[in-house]
Amino acid sequence: MRTVTGYAVCRIVTALTLMLTLAGCAATRAHTQAEVRPWHSINEFRDQRYAEVADPWEGFNRGMYRFNFYFDKYIFLPVVTGYEFVTPDFVEDRISGVFNNLSEIRNLTNSMFQLKAAESATTLGRFLTNSTLGLGGMFDPATRFGLARQDQDFGKTLGYWGASSGPYLVLPIFGPSSLRDTGGLAVDYAISYGLYTAVDPFGSTGNSFAWDAGVTALGAIDARHRQSFRYYESGYPFEYNVVRFIYHEQREIETGKAPVEEEEKAKSTPVSE
Amino acid sequence: MHLSLLIIACLVLLPMSSRAADDGYGYPIPGSYEATILGTPAGLMPELTAKMNIRQLVLEVIPGRHKPPVFFYDEGLRCSFAYQNKKAPLVFLIAGAGANDRSAKMLSLMQGLYQAGFHVITLPSPTHANFIISASQSGIPGELTEDAADLYHAMEVAWQKVQGDIEVSSFNLGGYSLGAAEAAFVAKLDEERRVFNFRKVLMINPPVSLYGSATRIEELLKQIPGGPKKQGIFFNKMLSKFSEFYRAGNFVSINDDFLYAIYSERLFSREQTAGLIGLTYRINLAGMIFASDVMTNSGYVVPKNRVLHGTDSLTDYFLVSTHLSFFDYFNEYFYPYFEKRRPGLTKEAFIQSLSLRSIEGYLKSSAKFGVMANENDFILTGPELDYLRRIFGERAKIYPRGGHLGNLEYKDNMAYMVGFFKEQGVRP
Repeated sequence: MRTVTGYAVCRIVTALTLMLTLAGCAATRAHTQAEVRPWHSINEFRDQRYAEVADPWEGFNRGMYRFNFYFDKYIFLPVVTGYEFVTPDFVEDRISGVFNNLSEIRNLTNSMFQLKAAESATTLGRFLTNSTLGLGGMFDPATRFGLARQDQDFGKTLGYWGASSGPYLVLPIFGPSSLRDTGGLAVDYAISYGLYTAVDPFGSTGNSFAWDAGVTALGAIDARHRQSFRYYESGYPFEYNVVRFIYHEQREIETGKAPVEEEEKAKSTPVSE
Repeated sequence: MHLSLLIIACLVLLPMSSRAADDGYGYPIPGSYEATILGTPAGLMPELTAKMNIRQLVLEVIPGRHKPPVFFYDEGLRCSFAYQNKKAPLVFLIAGAGANDRSAKMLSLMQGLYQAGFHVITLPSPTHANFIISASQSGIPGELTEDAADLYHAMEVAWQKVQGDIEVSSFNLGGYSLGAAEAAFVAKLDEERRVFNFRKVLMINPPVSLYGSATRIEELLKQIPGGPKKQGIFFNKMLSKFSEFYRAGNFVSINDDFLYAIYSERLFSREQTAGLIGLTYRINLAGMIFASDVMTNSGYVVPKNRVLHGTDSLTDYFLVSTHLSFFDYFNEYFYPYFEKRRPGLTKEAFIQSLSLRSIEGYLKSSAKFGVMANENDFILTGPELDYLRRIFGERAKIYPRGGHLGNLEYKDNMAYMVGFFKEQGVRP
């Protein structure tokens, strides 16, 4: 029920945002030619809306989506391309392995937060195996021993304990997220920062700040290197909608939250609602 | 358009029987719809290991083209270019309806040809938004002669851009699905223009009549409860089924195991599968309708004179455009535009012109053509398949199954296509 109310609130916020936007448009485009009603509009269809996600901050999100496109184009991707140019594939894969292994800590804390004993044991086993036999994660013998990787994060933990995803949110640089997952991301970062500070791996080097910054940057470059998604690459005019839908639905499904109310909601809701 | 395909591919993987007919052809998926969706299992593709020299060309095909702010990201026509470091034949490839230069099928074809020693340039389909925005003179795609002229011009611009970097021994042309029909018309134009003098032209799973094939794809959506206008209800129901299935099983994430389980446990019925193929097609078509409408300011789904910006919500346009059928587009938007420009053009004559039959004499007489098709491709009728056999004779290679493009990446098919371009054909 809570989600339904939340959804209704979102819709009201959307409507208000739209009204404000439209008012803005009317003011700025008064000098252009008058608009004419199109041949087809949303009111003529008696069907459910579909592939939709609550997105009351769509204007902001689309702006951020565009920002990420330019950030990628002028900063991030050139750096990643340079990295790929100077680094042999073999070394790239070992670096990915090390960061993958470090992220097992996030998987472990969160499967523990979800009180999943077997999964926690598997993840711990993976971390110990790959840290030792796998030379700090450079290789992944654990998978060969039958210990499958189970990705977890605090967003999923919140979802597991019943928090709904909240509105869709596009973060700068990180990309598609939701209100809940953004909170989760912050918590995961806080935990790794805490652990990192406690361990302080470069404390003895005398220049730990430079080392920390270097490792963080390398982590970000490695993550982008492994992500093949490029903003607007599909060229499909509704790419934003498709990405939003896939992100949301995959998170919903993987946190075990299927769209249950969909069917009842559907029966009474025409597309033109 | 791999994004929209991704949604559907997730939803749709379906049961297939592993029993294959014993006819010496090893492609394993007997059903037409199943083959279309599942494509070729990875183990049955040829080994494509060569690392390609590849770069993306962003071409200014129409200088000074005005692009509405909502398409701010479109910086020109995007083609992919894979090049050899020695003298080699070049193949231009045209993508199928709604696909761009980097669609999965394009990349496989490109890799296969590259590995066999060809330079390759892939072009997006004239029905893809990028082409409509950056390379279509009229902004209204679907008329084969005009699309061929736009494609030809785009190829010339691409060639100008790369000719200083590579050595080319001959020019060749290929296309799949709608791109195959377009390739035939481009080849015909080349006979007059003679810029490329194409040596060989391969048509892969071509339609014979565009109107006929579109009609058959539209029929897929008729199989859903309530018909095509209830696609939203259908989509939501299939999505629930998909997530329900995930929840009930003990899955770790949406990965290959999960998708395989969907297929092996027959989650979706035959009608539902057909509906999902039809819906994917509609989602593609919607991109074309919207892009065309915005570029021409026709007031079809977007109010005339409205200037959309990069931060405006397009959700309602998405819903409206996906609810429009090919017939809506044809009767309300496409045909009226050409009727106005060519007084006296009847609908029947127009439909006739959008068909291989309209250039039959040329296709019959030219030895440069080859056709690869499947018996159970649902975009063709029996008589249309016979027509291809009759016109192309031995130059038509018809496989017993594979649906629409499902067997394109199968090793025998890839070998056939590469062999076709390698053949020391006679120059007609």
